[in-house]
Amino acid sequence: MTTTQSAVPVVELESVGKSYGAIRALRGISVSVRSGEVTCILGDNGAGKSTLIKIVAGLHAHDEGIYRVDGKETRFATPRQALDLGIATVYQDLAMVPLMPVWRNFFLGSEISTGFRPFRQLAVHRMRETADIELRKMGIELKDIDQPVGTLSGGQRQCVAIARAIHFGARVLILDEPTAALGVKQSGVVLKYITAARDAGLAVIFITHNPHHAFIVGDQFAVLARGELELRAPRAELTLQQLTHHMAGGAELDALKHELKRTDLPDMGPLHVRTVAVAARSDVSL
Amino acid sequence: MSTTLIGPTPPATPPAPVRKTISVRKFLVRPEVGSLVGAIVVCVLFFAIAPPIRSAASFATVLYASSTVGIMAVAVALLMIGGEFDLSAGVAVTTAALTAAIFSFQLSTNVWVGVLVALVVALGVGWINGYLLVRTNLPSFLVTLSTFLMLQGINLAVTKTITGGVATRDISDMAGFDQARNIFASELHLGSVNLKITVLWWLLFVAIATFVLLRTTIGNWIFASGGNAAGALAVGVPVKRTKIGLFMLVGFAAWFVGMHLLFAFNTVQSGEGVGNEFLYIIAAVIGGCLLTGGYGSAIGSAIGAFIFGVTTQGIVYADWNPDWFKFFLGATLLLATLVNTWVRRQADRR
Repeated sequence: MTTTQSAVPVVELESVGKSYGAIRALRGISVSVRSGEVTCILGDNGAGKSTLIKIVAGLHAHDEGIYRVDGKETRFATPRQALDLGIATVYQDLAMVPLMPVWRNFFLGSEISTGFRPFRQLAVHRMRETADIELRKMGIELKDIDQPVGTLSGGQRQCVAIARAIHFGARVLILDEPTAALGVKQSGVVLKYITAARDAGLAVIFITHNPHHAFIVGDQFAVLARGELELRAPRAELTLQQLTHHMAGGAELDALKHELKRTDLPDMGPLHVRTVAVAARSDVSL
Repeated sequence: MSTTLIGPTPPATPPAPVRKTISVRKFLVRPEVGSLVGAIVVCVLFFAIAPPIRSAASFATVLYASSTVGIMAVAVALLMIGGEFDLSAGVAVTTAALTAAIFSFQLSTNVWVGVLVALVVALGVGWINGYLLVRTNLPSFLVTLSTFLMLQGINLAVTKTITGGVATRDISDMAGFDQARNIFASELHLGSVNLKITVLWWLLFVAIATFVLLRTTIGNWIFASGGNAAGALAVGVPVKRTKIGLFMLVGFAAWFVGMHLLFAFNTVQSGEGVGNEFLYIIAAVIGGCLLTGGYGSAIGSAIGAFIFGVTTQGIVYADWNPDWFKFFLGATLLLATLVNTWVRRQADRR
């Protein structure tokens, strides 16, 4: 493992909780994120993953617990403040404009201009070149840096967004379900870049509901269930099977399996046979 | 700052310089190409069937007709690239002209005072459109349809109340009139050809708009605000300010055209301008602007306005029944849009 353990975690949550009105979306979440590590946050839909990243990214403030950045207690009012501390988020929709060229998207919101007003103009050549170089560093070779982002594949788009975040000074990279909408090959491409970012010394927070993807790149794992921490473990103390088990519902699933085993299944002909087969298969995999 | 990052497939050689591929394909995917084809077709058609249009003098008239639509169309095109419509643009021209005429005449000021007051009013109308839009999140179609109706009412009611008629008084003998006319409505005599100054203003505005769109940060923001407003906001683009600014730009153009009409004809009819908003939108769409925003060009809007000018004047020179004018305009729009779509699909296929 290429883990370079630093003394102080870049991002640290201690018993953090968050409520939306009467609904407690998160409670008692403690996670440490270190540089040069990929921290995977797993969980089913509605487990509280997005609430957690919203707190880390500065979109929402936490109600309970302590949020530390570089060991210093912090409370963000806007995403900009998080960004200024180098905490960058790559959202699912990627904040890209499909009809605009790659290089314009790369610099959108942080354009470089030269000259004097009112003749200040974009440093087009420099921006195109920088975007091209940064993308090549990530191993993305585009035929044409002028092609619209909409013509890139899903994986390439993710990588452009990641490259952009890194170029603009991210130390902590939050990736929100980067492989969710991608096929196996494209997911592989994105996972490579996650590793590349980790090896470059960034702290990566990888949010996913796919334990297989998480286990390929992850160093630390946190599984959320119903707003609480179901599991928190380093890679050394975990197998893929255990991770999958926790992801699939853990203790709850055990209880369900137990219950199903005791029930006398009614005779339903072929359906009966299939049900038994499914039960048998899940027995093996767990 | 840039982080050194060695990717999974590190480049063996230093990155090659950015390729500048200037190919046929690259030209064909430009938004204004379809309209260029359309302009050539319309020109060839009318040059063939209406011999009088071939003279330089008639061509200057064509350019003049194009310019009054074109000055508005370039602002409307920028607004449409920014993802919004302005249905009040046509009557806003009249509002600006009425304001200048009535203000100067009633208070017997130098006309320049009226001109400046009209500028403030026109920019104010744009600001209100934009502010209502970003505050209410209503579609711009609804917001500007409301301001369109309200301005139409104001134009008529205020003019009648103050002047007693439906038109403003002649202001041609007032102080500053000649000077203002030199700027907004003079003619340049080039041999036998009288070229209206609005043509030059039009070309200047198109050049500035093209520069802003393609070579400045604000241009980037306009494309992004229309292409993906939420995404643009997330990376720090001031989407709301951009949109309000675009509506104010349309206000500025409306002021300019309004001043031209006032100083060209000395008086203003309060009911004018209704329906012109669609001409501006048509010119922008023929020029390659997408109705959904995020795509288009300023040069395209100029070509769209030129197609409009050739068609209006061509029908006259060809001695066709002018009653058919709107029909041909509609048919041209349909054809131009079809050609646009076709050209883009061909370019994508390669």
